[in-house]
Amino acid sequence: MQPINVEEVQDALNRFANQDVYLHLETTNGAYASHHNEGFFSAGAYIRNGRIRFSRGKIVGEGPYRVGLKLDLGWVYAEGLTDWILNEKGQLLLAGVDYEGKLAVALQLSREPF
Amino acid sequence: MERHILVVFPHPDDEAFGVSGTLILHAENGTPITYACLTLGEMGRNMGKPPFANRETLPLIRKKELEEACKIIGINDLRLLGFRDKTIEFEDEEMLADRISAIIAETNPSLIITFYPGYSVHPDHNACGAAVIRAVERLPLEKRPTVHCVAFSKNCEQEIGHPDIIRDVSSVIDKKIAAIKAHRSQTEGLMQGAAKRGGDALTWLKTEAFWTYKWKGSN
Repeated sequence: MQPINVEEVQDALNRFANQDVYLHLETTNGAYASHHNEGFFSAGAYIRNGRIRFSRGKIVGEGPYRVGLKLDLGWVYAEGLTDWILNEKGQLLLAGVDYEGKLAVALQLSREPF
Repeated sequence: MERHILVVFPHPDDEAFGVSGTLILHAENGTPITYACLTLGEMGRNMGKPPFANRETLPLIRKKELEEACKIIGINDLRLLGFRDKTIEFEDEEMLADRISAIIAETNPSLIITFYPGYSVHPDHNACGAAVIRAVERLPLEKRPTVHCVAFSKNCEQEIGHPDIIRDVSSVIDKKIAAIKAHRSQTEGLMQGAAKRGGDALTWLKTEAFWTYKWKGSN
């Protein structure tokens, strides 16, 4: 993956709009967060291969970036995104890597199930 | 000497930190070892330092790392059970136990190594250990293999006492560290940090502790 280039990511998002696509979305602080720091409230969420259709996808921010996808009846968004790749399967992978180099958030789109 | 050891953990690298020294010693003694690894650690947050993996390439990378680690440790029979990282606790418990029971029936181990259910921090660890205990409890008391559990939650010694087995594995520490390093995507950052701290940063790896699981109804 490489550091996000806003124009290129925006182009890629546009190419997934207005069609059925598969979504991977996760946030995580790791399963050990509360073990290493008992005062830490561990939370996260995960969806893999949710089928969505969005009319508008937009990347904003100065880095780390935010991406929002406007659905017919709702929204998908992620914040803290830093890196991206359009891989050989044509899947758009966006990730947020924390200060220790660990993945903290991921938003991914694919025309076929992951 | 054990007849056959069955190791059951949910993630590639679970075997490396806590038990690989013990396994290396058994393997060097000629004991066959089967490792049933439930997932490919698909949800790992470490991607290498600097990162060389991403969420979609990570499973295949970790599979290769696991195969390399098994070679180093001397695990000659690796079973990948195909579950998804971080989902074990949501699976059907009987089905999980069925999968483990089948491997127990096939390999007839004298010793099983897994996580202590309830005292192993990660939900996958606890669910994995619970599935193993459930599977072994299907056997009559006198036919059950010994189960050695790994535990490391903050409250574990308070609730289940001290580990009854403490093994010095310093004679094979180089191999153990090589096995840990084989899981490069997950351990590169950690090992770099330990190298920077120097001194006794890796001393804890020279000792491995286990709790022998006590069956209900046994003495």
